[in-house]
Amino acid sequence: MATKKFMYLNRKASYGTVYAIESLEVVLIAAAFEQDVSLAFIDDGVYQIIEGQNTDSIGMKNFSKTYHALGDYDINKLYVSAESLEERGLTEDDLMPLVYEDEDDDWAEKPSVKVVSNAELSKIMSDQDVCLSF
Amino acid sequence: MKISIQINEGPYQHQASDTAYQFAKAAIEKGHEIFRVFFYHDGVNNASRFTMPPQDDRNVVNQWAELDIKDADGNPELVVCIAAALRRGMLDESEASKNGIDGNNVHPAFRISGLGQLIEAGIQSDRLVVFGD
Repeated sequence: MATKKFMYLNRKASYGTVYAIESLEVVLIAAAFEQDVSLAFIDDGVYQIIEGQNTDSIGMKNFSKTYHALGDYDINKLYVSAESLEERGLTEDDLMPLVYEDEDDDWAEKPSVKVVSNAELSKIMSDQDVCLSF
Repeated sequence: MKISIQINEGPYQHQASDTAYQFAKAAIEKGHEIFRVFFYHDGVNNASRFTMPPQDDRNVVNQWAELDIKDADGNPELVVCIAAALRRGMLDESEASKNGIDGNNVHPAFRISGLGQLIEAGIQSDRLVVFGD
């Protein structure tokens, strides 16, 4: 099967609507298809990977730990919009320290998250074959 | 051109399904192929055969059914995500009997399948067009 560049564009916070968790479900299934996968977090989507999520008082499943598993599925290109962070008073330090093990570098642990400007992100997006927007 | 469509919103609540339908119809009229339409999130509700709009309104579900989007073997290519469907109470005959539920609501022009069908549509098609918020 041909390899294409798939980008999953996450634009909404985790619990107010269903988009975040159902996007993550697609990403995990997609991992089995051995495509070139990347994720982008823009607008309120940046809240999806914020550190220290706690859903105890809203009666919903806290699925934020699942993002830590992405590295094991060879999904290690997570782009975060710098402008979206800044607009919300957030910095990279507020995000979960998501990592992967680089098989080409003696399995060294490396960060999966990359904060990029919207201009850079739009360049990355225009290189994609398929953009799925959630 | 080979085109697939993803629909992320339910009927009537949101324009996504209507716009996608108009798009699909226009594409077919222009000689393009709709490889697959994949219904996700609340979009799975577009497959309910129990949909009963008032007589002076369009029937979104039947409109899709009439487009008759099928593969070469005659299987429906209006595909409803199984995980999204089950958590929203959309069941076909097989899922209903598997789960011991005494009814099913998926229109026969649609079929229930997994998310892999969405990824496959992205791989096989020249374009994957997403409709939703």
